[in-house]
Amino acid sequence: MSYAVEFASLVKNRGKAKQKHPDNKAACGFMAPWALGAVFLSLIPMVASVVLSFTKYNMLTSPRFVGLQNFAALFKDVRFRHSLRVTFTYVIASVPLQLLAALALAVILDRGMRGLAFYRSAFYLPSMLGGSVAIAVLWKMVFGSDGLFNNFLNMFGLHLSQSWIGNPATANWTLVALHVWQFGSAMVIFLAGLRQIPRELYEAASVDGAGKWRQFRSITIPMLSPIIFFNLVMSIINSFQTFTQAFVVSGGTGGPSDSTLFYTLYLYQQGFGQLKMGYASAMAWILVLIVAVFTLINFALSKYWVYYDD
Amino acid sequence: MTDSQNIMKTDVLQAAATAHGKKSGTGFKQIAWQVAKQVLLLVFAVIMLYPILWMIASSLRGQNDIFKNMGLLVTQPVWSNYAKGWHALSYPFSRYFINSFVIVILAIIGNILTCSLTAYAFARLNFSFRNLMFGFMLLMLMVPIHVIVIPQYIIWNSLGMINTIVPLVLPKFLAMDGFFVFLFYQFIRGIPRDLDEAAKIDGAGHLRIFFQVLLPLMKPAIGTTAVFTFMWTWNDFFSQLIYLTKPQYYTVPIALRTFIDAQSQSSYGPMFAMSVLSIIPLFLVFCFGQRYLVEGIATTGGK
Repeated sequence: MSYAVEFASLVKNRGKAKQKHPDNKAACGFMAPWALGAVFLSLIPMVASVVLSFTKYNMLTSPRFVGLQNFAALFKDVRFRHSLRVTFTYVIASVPLQLLAALALAVILDRGMRGLAFYRSAFYLPSMLGGSVAIAVLWKMVFGSDGLFNNFLNMFGLHLSQSWIGNPATANWTLVALHVWQFGSAMVIFLAGLRQIPRELYEAASVDGAGKWRQFRSITIPMLSPIIFFNLVMSIINSFQTFTQAFVVSGGTGGPSDSTLFYTLYLYQQGFGQLKMGYASAMAWILVLIVAVFTLINFALSKYWVYYDD
Repeated sequence: MTDSQNIMKTDVLQAAATAHGKKSGTGFKQIAWQVAKQVLLLVFAVIMLYPILWMIASSLRGQNDIFKNMGLLVTQPVWSNYAKGWHALSYPFSRYFINSFVIVILAIIGNILTCSLTAYAFARLNFSFRNLMFGFMLLMLMVPIHVIVIPQYIIWNSLGMINTIVPLVLPKFLAMDGFFVFLFYQFIRGIPRDLDEAAKIDGAGHLRIFFQVLLPLMKPAIGTTAVFTFMWTWNDFFSQLIYLTKPQYYTVPIALRTFIDAQSQSSYGPMFAMSVLSIIPLFLVFCFGQRYLVEGIATTGGK
């Protein structure tokens, strides 16, 4: 169903079935655009990126080989370590919260709600707009010192004048809120998944005297688990690369006090701000490593909770 | 007796059709629960959408009114915010909108054309290194783009392509959005091969099969590709930020961002006005492309 799963099965079945390839000639034509791009825009840049990560290069003078110096410097770089902490906090908080919200709303809406179409649209709209600069701007205003959020709290007698964006302790959490706010697209996937679950399962469970909660735990969750898993994997990969919101909210600085210095934002600052292309490339590969580790852990853990029909 | 039984039966059927495992009784408690659920959901929906509505309201308010007023009612709309915002930067916003639309439209054409071609080859042709290439494409979907962004930037820079749309558009004509290749691939695999075979017997080559048999059937996938390419390219802040550095080439997101950085205390209204304008295209796509959106997200994993 998903490309992550497709990729996994491809790896599993590699090297099987040597066969003739009758369509080579036609494939040359059909694959030409992609092949060109794959070589010049993916493969060569990727190799170049590996090489660059072992050099110092500022685009003005030619690259100078420095061995592992970039990586060594990164481990000593306080801001780098800080950006790791910020990003991990963000990912670990926002991904589960968003998926939980999506799952909860999907289950509520699935029970033959009246006005389903309206609610689905209303909840989906934020995830459509959420990636835009406009919403990031809006967020900055909502969580500012006299923004909408403080005004809202005022209604309950909490008179706060602090800016949630301006306070290093809370700035990252406003972005977590922004991520959770966009639970709609995950919800739509869950809704589609819920519709695939055969009704008979619930009827049989009901006859056997299983309550709502038991049905949810023993039917809904296992049947939905492949979709939850796919959402989780992709959501983690994407969250690690969050850039726009942090950039806009902090004006490109990652402030206040580096509290929104997301990994990719720091990479951008190093690469495109200070033109330390080698350093930024090293950072990019460490990000790949981190994402790969998370994905592998996910796949390894999946056999304990993801249920496949076949 | 039979009547009431029939009514009960239809009730049961309806309940089964709309909800699973729900008991058929429609007592007072059940109705109350339904109403409570509706009210809660409605409140939640309003909270979710409130920031957006507030932004629209604020775009029509005077400077002093914006942060004092958290309501949505605008009694005296300040339409001048829109005129002020439109001309607040070095170029009028029409310029940024045109720049954005050019990139988005080219990206859509490129993605539809080349991703479907590539997908056809992956789904229907048997050629050397197919699995290897397919695997590479899927891998690139999961690898953070940052590993290729820096060398790509260096390449485009050395070719003198910074401040042109080439780095933003050319990759789309080389099927580099693997997600859409995968989308088309899935879709083509769902089309019975008999159709191809029949055309083949009639003497059609692969190109004919693709354009005359499969492409007309791929409308849903084309729609999804168009909608998502629009959304992602319109919002694509990172690449536009690094490749477009001169104000005359700015796209809407980049211009908006400059707006915040340059703003004086008196321009919140105009800033909101331009923010609202910048999401209108997305909103229109949302309204008219919902069907395609739902299909698409099922494959993306809600990016």
